Amino acid sequence: MELRKQQDPNIAHEIPDEWFTPKNKDERAAEAVVRPSLSYWKDAWRRLLKNKLAMAGSLFLVLLAIMAIIGPMISPHGVSQGNLVNQNLPPSSEYWFGTDELGRDIFARTWYGARISLFVGIVAALIDFIIGVIYGGVSGYKGGRTDHLMMRFIEVLYGLPYLLVVILISVVMGPGLFTIIFALSVTGWVGMARIVRGQVLQLKNHEFVLASKTFGTKTPRIIRKNLLPNTMGPIIVQMTLTVPSAIFAEAFLSFLGLGIQPPLASWGSMANDGLSSILSGHWWRLFFPALFISLTMFSFNVLGDGLRDALDPRLRG
Amino acid sequence: MEKTLEVKDLHVAFSTYGGEIKAVRGVSFDLYKGETLAIVGESGCGKSVTSQSIMRLIPSPPGKITNGSVLFKGRDLTKVKESEMRELRGADISMIFQDPMTALNPTITVGEQIIEAIIQHEGISRKNAKEQALDMLKLVGIPNPKERLKHYPHQFSGGMRQRIMIAMALVCEPEVLIADEPTTALDVTIQAQILDLFKEIQVKTGVSIILITHDLGVVAQVADRVAVMYAGKIVEAGTRREIFYSPQHPYTKGLLNSVPRLDLEDDELIPIMGSPPDLFAPPAGCPFTARCEHAMEVCSRAYPFQTRLTEEHHVECWLQDERAKALLAR
Amino acid sequence: MAKYILKRLIAMVITLWFIITLTFFLMHSIPGSPFNEERATSEAVQENLEKFYQLDQPLIVQYGNYLKSVVTFDFGPSIKKSSQTVNEMLGRGFPISFELGIITLIVAVISGITLGVIAALRHNGFIDYLAMTIAVLGISIPNFVLATMLIQQLAVNFPIFPVATWSSTMHMVLPTFALATGPMAIIARLTRSSMLEVLTQDYIRTAKAKGLSPVKIIFKHALRNALLPVVTILGSLAASILTGTFVIEKIFAIPGMGKYFVESINQRDYPVIMGTTVFYSSILIIMLFLVDIAYGILDPRIKLHKKEGI
Repeated sequence: MELRKQQDPNIAHEIPDEWFTPKNKDERAAEAVVRPSLSYWKDAWRRLLKNKLAMAGSLFLVLLAIMAIIGPMISPHGVSQGNLVNQNLPPSSEYWFGTDELGRDIFARTWYGARISLFVGIVAALIDFIIGVIYGGVSGYKGGRTDHLMMRFIEVLYGLPYLLVVILISVVMGPGLFTIIFALSVTGWVGMARIVRGQVLQLKNHEFVLASKTFGTKTPRIIRKNLLPNTMGPIIVQMTLTVPSAIFAEAFLSFLGLGIQPPLASWGSMANDGLSSILSGHWWRLFFPALFISLTMFSFNVLGDGLRDALDPRLRG
Repeated sequence: MEKTLEVKDLHVAFSTYGGEIKAVRGVSFDLYKGETLAIVGESGCGKSVTSQSIMRLIPSPPGKITNGSVLFKGRDLTKVKESEMRELRGADISMIFQDPMTALNPTITVGEQIIEAIIQHEGISRKNAKEQALDMLKLVGIPNPKERLKHYPHQFSGGMRQRIMIAMALVCEPEVLIADEPTTALDVTIQAQILDLFKEIQVKTGVSIILITHDLGVVAQVADRVAVMYAGKIVEAGTRREIFYSPQHPYTKGLLNSVPRLDLEDDELIPIMGSPPDLFAPPAGCPFTARCEHAMEVCSRAYPFQTRLTEEHHVECWLQDERAKALLAR
Repeated sequence: MAKYILKRLIAMVITLWFIITLTFFLMHSIPGSPFNEERATSEAVQENLEKFYQLDQPLIVQYGNYLKSVVTFDFGPSIKKSSQTVNEMLGRGFPISFELGIITLIVAVISGITLGVIAALRHNGFIDYLAMTIAVLGISIPNFVLATMLIQQLAVNFPIFPVATWSSTMHMVLPTFALATGPMAIIARLTRSSMLEVLTQDYIRTAKAKGLSPVKIIFKHALRNALLPVVTILGSLAASILTGTFVIEKIFAIPGMGKYFVESINQRDYPVIMGTTVFYSSILIIMLFLVDIAYGILDPRIKLHKKEGI
């Protein structure tokens, strides 16, 4: 008991008498400490900026995109223009990344490959997004029997081995860029549709949506303030992670000879061409396409991870 | 009365991105043998953190006991080694959590979850441990216990699961049972049954109970003594009778006024306006100032001293000062 | 449980039928006969060939016949290698591919789970960052790139391992490593995040409050529950390992099923493409089915969920 501070009249009297006056109401309200609340997007942005790996990934992707546009132009050699005299030259000031067995400039071909990879990745992600949002949105919004049937169909598609289907379609339609994108889109949207449906179901009758309605909040505001932050997060992340898997699929098909056809270049077909160079020691023919596929996929993956961490409202701290 | 547990000037803080949250700011109380002490307060007042700090169960990092001591059987639990603490947990001090739906492992049978605690602490054979678990299930009123041992948590109702949690907590005959909102997640009728079970078990085993709750109805039913927490401090404490019939702190009065009472004709409920202060930057004075209808200048400038009214009843409020009484009388 | 298995079984059969049908009609939608591309065969020979491969009958009849032959597990003769049947090719190639696939799966599962658990237990520590950086790299480097790099470094520059083929344990190291890295990385990431989530669950706190040792808490209470999501992705991982075998077998010149498949694609050998596709799909769908059943056994809640769900 002795440990506890008793009200000691002597100490208490050190508190001046004039403090014993009623407190003004307004003054009291002002004293309530209010922590500055960050908006959802600002907060997410702040978290993303703090993620060094994700930032490094984005920087690489920006540089890659710039080089994909201007790279083939600043190279003095054409993409498919070969010169057998210059075959299998190591990297030099003339050919920065060396040449391949047909004397083509690997520097120019690498940036052309970047165009193909980025194009395939982004277009595939966009198509997945469009189909997925429509399919998943309708399924989740309609609910009931429609939802049940639509989900059964997705289950069947989900059971299909994705790359096998892509290979089959490529065989049937003949190789090419359009084929690859088409083949990737046939099964690729399933994941997105599932996510969208889940989000829609969850949000449709969610309490905070209902609460906003009850308070008479206008519809666009509900969408912007409540639905978007909660729905867009997983969708953005899914899109970001679709890109590397599409880039991989393109490279994989091209590596098997089912993708981009010569004389055009894709990282996958360049790696396939470079395969024979393993034994001959022309390492640069394999190294550059391999390096750029890996770096690009790595960048998209870390960016996707960073976005997931940044956009997950449950992780807000 | 014999003291089982003494908590002295306990401070607990959590470091987060936004800064340090001082969740518990100098909490002291004693727990006597065989009594039920209720710690009451709004969510976020630090009552759960206090209880978990006693068992050193706060996640660390980010949580940390920054000051104070917890004396149990002559040892300071804030200082003992983790391995010693582990021997105490479940054997000498047990804990029951709020949500029996999530507090049991969904993929392990309830029998195994009870038995593993016995084996851990008593080092007896599995067969004997099973016998003991059976007896315990009978004690907490699980029908058909032999069969039920083999069942998984999802095969039980909420009330039954909480009984299992109680059985699990008491199976090694601890001296202290900390129950953190044990009835909040349950239906009202089940709540009453569980509270009766607490009383029954206390009579049979003599266990001391710390009951963490925000529900004054629960307090009225089972507590011997009550400590009212606000913003990480105990602002008033006393016997149940003292707290319910002569509350001194405006916050305690507010809590009582916001609960429906059948014994009063005038059944108008008066909510406490506003919300508790942010514990990132706790105010220098009394944390209740912003919500208090009697707030004075002094309240926001200095934290009030403790005024002891009886053996058990004490309160920390400037209204106890003679000058404030004069002001109110005017 | 029986009802649940039956339901999955029906779903499995529907998916299989869907794949067979899709494969069949896709293959037959290719314009022209598979024979007229190459050497100039006389019309009479071509007719005979078409008769032999039953290409002269109406599509729907061919479809019926094909369904029948698939059910009896007979994929017919190859078009390009007329002396061989698809069954013979599968019989020769499958055991090797199966060996490669299973070893890879085991390696990936064991190393992935280990890596993920260690990372989760050292959450935000150096080991965590290291493990997760390795994992992102593992996901980002395509298996065929990794395979070629491995050959270049560990078989050509430093001849520690043989360059190609599949005849001894040493031969197995590089292909397995190249093929297992991706799935391992996926498992490691999933295990880590799942483990981190499980470790925050109330029942882990209950286990701590019981005074259990950290080892018991991790292995008995956390790991089992954390691995449930890992089990669910085993099916799709098997699929990625299987498609991975195509390129790995090509790069390492392993005489497995994938090699035949890639050859048949390049030669447009339709019966072989169809046969292998259907065969591959069956294996994968059976895998998915087994994974579902395993999940049902591992998670006691599943029976109740199914009852409540539909």
